[in-house]
Amino acid sequence: MEEHAHDVLLIGGGGAGLRAAIAIAESHPGIDVAVVSKVYPMRSHTVAAEGGAAAVIKPEDSLDAHAYDTISGGDWLPDQDAVEDFVREAPGELLRLERWGCPWSRQPDGKVAVRPFGGMKIERTWYAADKTGFHLLHTLFQTSLKYPAVKRYDEWFVTRLLVDEGRCQGVTALETASGRLHALTARAVLIATGGCGRVFPFTTNANIKNGDGMALAYRAGVPLKDMEFVQYHPTGLPFTGILITEAARSEGGWLVNRDGYRYLQDYDLGRPEPRPVLRSMELGPRDRLSQAFVKEVQKGRTVDSPHGPVVHLDVRHLGEAVIDARIPFVRELCLKYENIDPVRELIPVRPVVHYMMGGVHTDREGATPLRGLYAAGEAACVSINGANRLGSNSLTEILVYGARAGKAAARFAAEAPPPSRAVLAQARDEERRLAEDLRPRRGGGERLADLRAEMHRSMEGGAGIYRDAAGLGASAAKIRELQERGRRLALDDASLAFNTELPAALELSYMLDVAEAIILSALRRTESRGSHQRTDHPGRDDARFLAHTLAFRAEDGPPRIEYLPVTLTRWPPGERVYGR
Amino acid sequence: MGDTVLLEVQRYRPGVDAAPVWQVYEVPYRREWTVLDALNHVKDRLDGTLSFRWACRMGVCGSCGMMVDGEPALTCAVYLERHLPGPIRVAPLKGFPVIRDLVVDISGFLEKLREVRPWIVRAVEKPLSEGEVLQTPEELAMYKQESMCINCMLCYSACPIVPLEPGFLGPAAIAIAQRYNQDSRDEGSRERLDLISRKDGIWSCTFVSECTTVCPKNVDPAGAIQRAKVTATLEWFRSVLLPRGSP
Repeated sequence: MEEHAHDVLLIGGGGAGLRAAIAIAESHPGIDVAVVSKVYPMRSHTVAAEGGAAAVIKPEDSLDAHAYDTISGGDWLPDQDAVEDFVREAPGELLRLERWGCPWSRQPDGKVAVRPFGGMKIERTWYAADKTGFHLLHTLFQTSLKYPAVKRYDEWFVTRLLVDEGRCQGVTALETASGRLHALTARAVLIATGGCGRVFPFTTNANIKNGDGMALAYRAGVPLKDMEFVQYHPTGLPFTGILITEAARSEGGWLVNRDGYRYLQDYDLGRPEPRPVLRSMELGPRDRLSQAFVKEVQKGRTVDSPHGPVVHLDVRHLGEAVIDARIPFVRELCLKYENIDPVRELIPVRPVVHYMMGGVHTDREGATPLRGLYAAGEAACVSINGANRLGSNSLTEILVYGARAGKAAARFAAEAPPPSRAVLAQARDEERRLAEDLRPRRGGGERLADLRAEMHRSMEGGAGIYRDAAGLGASAAKIRELQERGRRLALDDASLAFNTELPAALELSYMLDVAEAIILSALRRTESRGSHQRTDHPGRDDARFLAHTLAFRAEDGPPRIEYLPVTLTRWPPGERVYGR
Repeated sequence: MGDTVLLEVQRYRPGVDAAPVWQVYEVPYRREWTVLDALNHVKDRLDGTLSFRWACRMGVCGSCGMMVDGEPALTCAVYLERHLPGPIRVAPLKGFPVIRDLVVDISGFLEKLREVRPWIVRAVEKPLSEGEVLQTPEELAMYKQESMCINCMLCYSACPIVPLEPGFLGPAAIAIAQRYNQDSRDEGSRERLDLISRKDGIWSCTFVSECTTVCPKNVDPAGAIQRAKVTATLEWFRSVLLPRGSP
């Protein structure tokens, strides 16, 4: 087996991984850093983010206002010291992107323009039309090419973390093109693999979002934090799950039911006004809007479509000029993928799994409890997002924590001893495991797509927008069964070169581990907070649950659950008030 | 029109196939399905050995470009309906080495991209504490179109020069160079113009404009190359007619 040694390995080449790479190249020029990504970096899912990135830049705004919106939006589950770091470093990060060429939309005087987003008291979302993630990712990727110190392993799929003497010292990775397994050793490893939306059937997430890094850390004994908090975005296109950005509402779009009625007014989100009002109605937070949709379904006020009930997003009154200038991608996506023109027609939408508030447990510097292992971005949970992330905080988060965790990993690597020889033996074990577990078995075994479909049904059925103990219990049993059946997978493909079935099988096993953590964390949190709504425990219970869930993997049986108190600084828990 | 449609897919498995072969799959016809949905049906239900790339299925990651009935296209955005009654022929992007089945080797493009220095060059950077570098909407519009490139490689596949001159920088790399050249924050255009004016740069382009026709993001690489030629020519005249060091 080939061995490659580096100082820092970044797993994932999206926004967080690339920001970390540049931070390390700039702050620690002597450090040898490599990005390992299962896709070419510009294919990473950061590319699909649309609406924008939040940071205080306007004189009428304040860091405290950004912090309050984030904390109340997260239903007081974010750690307030972390939120204070985050809002303080956010403007500098977005300005850095500006220096690197990000085409932020501008005011006529040449200053950066901002738009409102859901749950925000003051407009603070920087945007590049409605392709902000795309521009951010390509700006970071192209800028990273400036640094010869940043090496890349494109289309390498990580299968395992190498851990010896309580320290993460590298990974094993499949080189997709050749099918060979390699050992990559390092003094520090940073997980930046993004989310796991593909655990659910209906998601905005790309096919590549399978919780890889979360599962890798979980298997190495690192707890996953707050995994029960799954964000449904209120406006996805039916069938495809393609996201229609919140910017469509911040520019003035309305959500209406089958009667053309702006139904959000019935759910304590304010009164309908012709123009958007901050922290009100369509600019309420995502959890509350997605929950209102389910209530509308129960009242029989949604519209039936071939792909289930939908409501309508109406942007017609904005006019063609505003739509083309401010949300052109919305029009492009509707025309290409839904065959409707939002200038003249209503857009059918329904809530869609979009983002994981939870992730690999880290501290404020991105360090996990496992020495030498760091995490940043959606794969991580610091936590600044708590029980519900505010729109436009995630792009900022990948920059702030990509940089912080990258620098912390580089500092650690600069002091750490070289990797031990023991990890190479582990790498050879991994080669044997893959050969044994995933050898093609034609006939008789389980089909990958069937197991995936059953996982999807179970997650949507038991761990969706509203949950209860019975449904979660059934899902937990189902996931255990699927993990067992997953050992008898029948794979068709025995070849080495660009075998895409083998990574898909590994991704399924990652997703099942992550699904288990989501369900057990949700089952044990017997309260309702933010995106986690228990019909059998409808109230928020600060006495017991003003705390983060930590799920530790058990060798056999369900994960062990522990709790970690939330850090409060200046904002005592209060009521979430929108529209009044 | 039946309730199924035939896909003819070009296969190539190194070590198994001496040369590419065509394999036929019968897939359900659904009005809302794209070619990518049909390929996924094959992968999930009929034949797990078929390899292809895809990720976002919303036309922005640039992974799923293939030849569909002879035309380069993003398969996530091509509906089966448009290619009825079939059979629909799906092949790897033309003009690239095939790694396996529908997967092509794009590493050459990645090298060309780095060669054109696709980053902002400035002699002195304004400190972050002084806020943003001003850029008016009009200045933004100067490079916005070229900044929309998703690196999907359809333009290389359509370009008649790429197969003839493997060293040709190609439409996307030149368009991206122009994106930085036209950015009011950048000071690296002279160096970049020298790079793209080399033998296998802009002057290799014969302005067939196929790249612009197939671009799914309306980047207009052909226009970008023509504008680069004009700028490079003016720069050359200026360097000949004016003494060194003149503005």
